[in-house]
Amino acid sequence: MATAEFRRKYFDYAPDHNYLTHSRGFWSWALTLDHKRIGVMYLVGVSAALFLAGVFALVLRSELFTPGKMFLTEAQYNQMFTLHGAIMVFAFIIPSVPAALGNFVLPMMLGAKDVAFPRLNLCSFYLWVFGTLFLLIAMLTSGLDTGWTFYTPYSIRTQTSVIFATGGAFILGFSSIFTGLNFLVTVNTMRPPGMGWFHMPLFLWALYSTSIIQILATPVLGITLLLVIAERTLHIGIFDPAYGGDPVLFQHFFWFYSHPAVYIMILPAMGVISELIAVHSRKEIFGYKFIAFSSVAIAFLGFLVWGHHMFTSGQSQVMTMIFSAITFTVAIPSAVKVFNWLATMYKGSVALTTPMCYGLSFIFLFGIGGLTGLFLGTLSTDIHLHDTYFVVAHFHFVMVGGTLTALLGGMFHWWPKMFGRMYNETWGRIGCFLVFSGFNLTFFPQFVMGSRGMPRRYARYDQEFQIFHQLSTIGAFVLGIGILIAYVTLIYAIFKGKRVAGNPWGGASLEWQSSSPPSFHNFDHKIAINDPYDFSSQGLDPELDTFVSRHFLEPSEQPVREKESV
Amino acid sequence: MNPLLLLLAQDDIPKAPPYQPGSYFFPVQASSFAAEIDWLYYFIYWVCVVFFALIIGVMVYFVIKYRRRDGVDPEPSHSHNTTLEIAWSVIPSLLLILMFKWGAEGYFNQRIPYDDAEQIRVKAQQFSWLFEYEDGDFSNVLHLTRGKAYEFRMESKDVLHSFFVPAFRQKMDIVPGRYTTLWIKPTVAGEFRVYCAEYCGDNHSNMKTNCVVHETEAERKQATAWDWVGKGMSEQGRVENGQRLFVVRCSGCHSVSGKRMTGPNLDGKYGTQEQLEGAGPVLIDDNYIVESIKEPQKKIVASYGPPNQKMQSFLGELNDEQIDWIISYLKSLSPAASAAQ
Repeated sequence: MATAEFRRKYFDYAPDHNYLTHSRGFWSWALTLDHKRIGVMYLVGVSAALFLAGVFALVLRSELFTPGKMFLTEAQYNQMFTLHGAIMVFAFIIPSVPAALGNFVLPMMLGAKDVAFPRLNLCSFYLWVFGTLFLLIAMLTSGLDTGWTFYTPYSIRTQTSVIFATGGAFILGFSSIFTGLNFLVTVNTMRPPGMGWFHMPLFLWALYSTSIIQILATPVLGITLLLVIAERTLHIGIFDPAYGGDPVLFQHFFWFYSHPAVYIMILPAMGVISELIAVHSRKEIFGYKFIAFSSVAIAFLGFLVWGHHMFTSGQSQVMTMIFSAITFTVAIPSAVKVFNWLATMYKGSVALTTPMCYGLSFIFLFGIGGLTGLFLGTLSTDIHLHDTYFVVAHFHFVMVGGTLTALLGGMFHWWPKMFGRMYNETWGRIGCFLVFSGFNLTFFPQFVMGSRGMPRRYARYDQEFQIFHQLSTIGAFVLGIGILIAYVTLIYAIFKGKRVAGNPWGGASLEWQSSSPPSFHNFDHKIAINDPYDFSSQGLDPELDTFVSRHFLEPSEQPVREKESV
Repeated sequence: MNPLLLLLAQDDIPKAPPYQPGSYFFPVQASSFAAEIDWLYYFIYWVCVVFFALIIGVMVYFVIKYRRRDGVDPEPSHSHNTTLEIAWSVIPSLLLILMFKWGAEGYFNQRIPYDDAEQIRVKAQQFSWLFEYEDGDFSNVLHLTRGKAYEFRMESKDVLHSFFVPAFRQKMDIVPGRYTTLWIKPTVAGEFRVYCAEYCGDNHSNMKTNCVVHETEAERKQATAWDWVGKGMSEQGRVENGQRLFVVRCSGCHSVSGKRMTGPNLDGKYGTQEQLEGAGPVLIDDNYIVESIKEPQKKIVASYGPPNQKMQSFLGELNDEQIDWIISYLKSLSPAASAAQ
């Protein structure tokens, strides 16, 4: 159907004609409307946030090596855990997978040239930059010591930079809303002819569900944070009892956003894992519709369970019971996904590439994160475990073991596409192994000390918890080294990695049907719409040493629907 | 001097009692509902262990069995199986329903007090605990009697706190502007740790105290009894009254051991000059102490100003006589003042 020359032209390693070389200079990046460049800039940005907040984590873990004072006063420690949490949540995890990987991959998976609103996309990125700058200004002026949750009335009364920090989170919220809106419109309007809703890669379903949450929940956070600012400056009396307000009301407002935000963090990660497991097992995803609908179900149910953060807060006992009941329903769609990923590997061809290693780590770590949620959804056990290290361990298993693992896996998976270079597989696996083992060493002991009664956010602690804290601190450094190795491996690959053509993994979704790195317009040729999980549609092109849709390899009896690329 | 008082006066916050282990994941079961909660925890634990072992077992098996081999293509298999998928959605749901039911039952046990419970008023503030008993006594270490039911009526003067005793498996936030309640029936005599579990500011991690569970009501009463009026007759008695008040109300933030805490340490300060924040020196005398208790923001000692947490007024919390006792106590800690007398 297509000649070898055609394949060389459109699917090969393209060092000269790609989005990276399309134009040069600072402004060509700073003012770019190209979703791929914006994705790369996001990736650089969120990685910087990850490293900054990661350093805070190591500092506070070091402080906790002994029960008494090592080198931080109580007040400094409180600033450390607050900045660690605030920067990780608002500047790193929420934008990580959707804004960085999603930006790069989503339009390409649709066979499109860009997102629906490229200028809005650039605006989202700059809002991210400004929001993060606000957080940094807060950090560099008088710091922040409220915890990332900004619980009132403490956040009304503390003399740290609450206004800058909440202002930053407010701006980051808009960044998130704009990205969600953009993705929602893009998926709705720009699917190519022949790609129905159920022909989309599952990553798109995950991003679509995430976008719905971003648009519906984030405004509530924005309003709440503005009210905190108003309370601090004007004493309007809505959250602080000293002026006639109610602190528990703040918790309702805050968690009405921040619980759905947990799914903003984890749903895109689950989408990444659906891709990794299927592609690296060369096996059609099992139970496509169950996985797709479970994303939507999680997004919907996620709006109804915020009260489970408040079982001990003084909210009514009837409400507490109802929230507990609804919380358990979220467990079902999450479990369905895990079972379906396992079933996908059945009779597959599983290669332990680095992305797959991260995918398997995800199943392991998210499995623990999800299962330990049961102890916290159950009322009577939560009363004991609430606000202890058990909770800290639980949400790190979900946020770090889940989202960070998926981000790293996704980066390794799409790196050859982004930069046309393959990373070193050995070092990739070593990094993954260190991340996995360091992570477990950090957070497993926290379950034990938590259920034994160690409260969270404690700068000083009682002697009996020391051994667990020490294991945890050692683990944190191993985890840090693992992440560092992963990043070094990836960055080294950009410059010295083996050159690879369009589709090294044999993926069937559309982003693989381009040269590597992709050209400025993504696709300069007619694309062939395959089923995203029909890997038999891809055949090896021995000349380019890469996979190519069979449509471009040999005359086919089957009519293939085609789309004129933009 | 009361031996209990000596014990308390030695350090700023009560020393941690030795950890009393129960099962691997828990401390000793010291309340009426602890056993029930632990049982449910272990039920969920084993459900999780079984499911997790299954998931990881299948995963490892598939990774090995279906590892990629040259020239071997993936075998075709069903891309979905509705019966199987519904089965693995519904069967775990049944277990979840059980967890919910038992959890809710346990929760109502933790929250609805017995009719004959003695009420203890808990007053939390940055960074100390005050427990007031029905007989009028009060203390900063919680004293209970084994086998007796207690209802805790809790209030906060400033920000959110949370009352947490791991050995009792009991926790409740203390919310300014409203009362919250919980109840406990201790079943084991001994000494247990009490934590503040809701982040409340700089010294949150030092907002710890102990709970002593006595064998008999008589011992409990003896531990908190104090003859304020009788002692108030003599100077030595006033010093002892002052010390007791200081331990209960002030020692969360002020040490008498030279240690820097949230507020200035107060040993040896009476009769000396202190540098003020943004002003000249001031003589620490009776009037300065009264003023600092009633209007703490007026003259702040240098290096204790913003952004450190500020002291709240004790106007209305301590009466003039009580403040006088505290002055006597602080005076007794100062060699300069003693020599002058």
